[in-house]
Amino acid sequence: MLRDKDRFLNILLVSPSILAVFIFVYAFIGWSARVSLSKWKGLNADYTWNGINNYIELFKDPRFHVDVRNTLLFTGVFVVGSILLGFILAVMLDQGLKGEGFFRSLFLFPMAISYIVTGVVWRWLMNPASGSRTSGLNLLFSYLGLDSLQNAWHTTPTWGMAAIALAAIWQMSGYTMALYLAGLRAIPTELKEAAQIDGANDLQIYRHIMLPLLSPVTLSALIILGHMSLKVFDLIVAIAGKQLPLDVPAIYMWQITFDGLFYGKGAAIGIILLVSVAFLIIPYIRYTLKTEAQS
Amino acid sequence: MNKKLFTLLSLLAVMSLALAACGTPAATEAAPQATEAATEAATEAATEAATEAATGGDSVEVFSWWTGGGEAAGLDAMIVVFNGANPDIEFVNSAVAGGAGTNARAVLATRLQAGDPPDSWQGHAGQELIGTYVAGGQIQPLNDLYEAEGWLEVMPETLIPLISQDGNIYSVPVNIHRANVLWYNPAVLEANGVAVPTTMDEWFAAMDTLQAAGVQPLALGEQWTKMHLLETVLLGSLGSDAYNGLWDGSTDWNSPEVKAALDNFAKVLTYANADSASLSWQDAAQLVINGDAAFNVMGDWAEGYFRELGKTPMTDYGWAPTPGSVGVFQFLSDSFVLAVGAPHPDAAAAWLKTAGSKEGQEAFNPVKGSICARTDCDKSLFGEYLQSAMDDWSSNIVVGSLTHGVVANDSWKTEIDTALGLFVADSNVENFQAALVAACASSGPCK
Repeated sequence: MLRDKDRFLNILLVSPSILAVFIFVYAFIGWSARVSLSKWKGLNADYTWNGINNYIELFKDPRFHVDVRNTLLFTGVFVVGSILLGFILAVMLDQGLKGEGFFRSLFLFPMAISYIVTGVVWRWLMNPASGSRTSGLNLLFSYLGLDSLQNAWHTTPTWGMAAIALAAIWQMSGYTMALYLAGLRAIPTELKEAAQIDGANDLQIYRHIMLPLLSPVTLSALIILGHMSLKVFDLIVAIAGKQLPLDVPAIYMWQITFDGLFYGKGAAIGIILLVSVAFLIIPYIRYTLKTEAQS
Repeated sequence: MNKKLFTLLSLLAVMSLALAACGTPAATEAAPQATEAATEAATEAATEAATEAATGGDSVEVFSWWTGGGEAAGLDAMIVVFNGANPDIEFVNSAVAGGAGTNARAVLATRLQAGDPPDSWQGHAGQELIGTYVAGGQIQPLNDLYEAEGWLEVMPETLIPLISQDGNIYSVPVNIHRANVLWYNPAVLEANGVAVPTTMDEWFAAMDTLQAAGVQPLALGEQWTKMHLLETVLLGSLGSDAYNGLWDGSTDWNSPEVKAALDNFAKVLTYANADSASLSWQDAAQLVINGDAAFNVMGDWAEGYFRELGKTPMTDYGWAPTPGSVGVFQFLSDSFVLAVGAPHPDAAAAWLKTAGSKEGQEAFNPVKGSICARTDCDKSLFGEYLQSAMDDWSSNIVVGSLTHGVVANDSWKTEIDTALGLFVADSNVENFQAALVAACASSGPCK
């Protein structure tokens, strides 16, 4: 009797959050999916069935091709850059140097800043103006006599997106450092010592012991950074505004929905984003749940 | 610090970040807006009820994005005029901050969808209002008001069709800005022996001379300023009749004339600064003032900016209609509408009367730095540039701006913007024209 009562109370207590999540997350996902299959264009809702035409149009849309390409480029540079830099920082901090706490905080601080602030600062740093109007990093390079390093940053044709990724790496590499540092500290010192006794040098220890043991950390970093970069919006808008060479699906979704009133097409972009993030996240969640159940 | 604590801390960081990352940017962005709208609606309802109970009189709620600078000061001046004429009506100023009204329009859309319209709101005169709110059945025709107030006599004849749909006039323009202005640096032109160009060919010749002399011929900014340039080049190359025809379907977007105009546009772009994508319109205009560039095409709000910088007209900067558009006034205008289902229709009509009156417009425009939509305003209230604009406004052929919402609805404009962005990236005129043809068929009058 008491157990039943307990269970009832438990369900009662969690029901508000279950209800809220159901309405504000899943019901709205369902609604967006429905809108994405409609002909809704203009301010008034229009649920006329349109099949998957919105999706077909998007896959034919040259602007969406630019978006996909930009997202892939950004994701590649950002994820690889953050993981490499984060790992190097973590290994250096792990050497037991003096003032470790200070450096750790220093590298982590950028993470506490919002993308908008990062974007505003990097917009100034990466000012592509030349001649007498040179400023930011380009000016610094010229003071240092490194004129050959001056470049057009995010206005570089084709590769401009990589410059945006630089700002994102600056922001998130401290975070990957924290992940790796925690991972490194969790590796028992006995393993390292045993390897040293067996005559392994430092490189071999990292290659054959540390890296394999850190692979779950790498996977976590890959997935967290990866799904963030799929949804990037604010950083780009803060650095470069809404310009087509630096367009990504989230910006296209915003413009086509709220500026152009193509609600159906905008919802289709939203669903595509959701599905691509889900591809990344769901296997990861299943894997984590499984390993947790095993341990 | 011990290891356990650090592990714990980093775990905490991971979790908080994962949580933060779970919210999509769009969701976090939309949330404050929604709450903003909700609290706003709530406080408005409360204040409205309170004022009505206290005074027993009427009130009018006017929605705009005029929250700062000359715009807000101009609105305040116009409210003074309104209160003088209507002492019994409480003016409720529901302005929402945010660049060019992006936030305000999102809030307004939410309120309209919830069936809670303000009495009157601000919008760019023309298709931006008509394509969105007339199509949605949310604003009322104002023909009776125009006739009763005699506005048809004091506003340019060629203006009326541009702010009407099927013979119904839908908004009251308060101010007028001119889009087709070519700003130049008189000293730079003189030093290189270049006269102010009046045709596209003269302009190209002038820019060739300047380029050969090592001067940056044209200053250009971010993407919307390129659309602004595009509309002036279309006007300058096609002439006013064919330009108007682009927007009512009588000029074929696929015609060789449009192709020639787009070729002109492609050629103009070759004279522009390479870093245009990273410049705001102010940055680009400043290049001309500083003598770093010779020409800039921008609306006449640039003049207000030049004055702010303490520059002298015709010495530090000069102006002319953009090449090929002499005798044509390409306008844009902020205007006010009457909501369908306005809570206070009589008070809203009183507000629109003020907005269209000589007193109201004379109070607003000198402060905002624009000219009256009426042609009978007192010229002595305005500066040198605005006086010349007033002369042109009452004598020229009036055509509408694309970038600023007069000639194309929002959907069409967004499609043109996408086509333009792709063109700037790949410089392929054929694809650009094909995309413009498709845009007109999808969201414009072309079938």
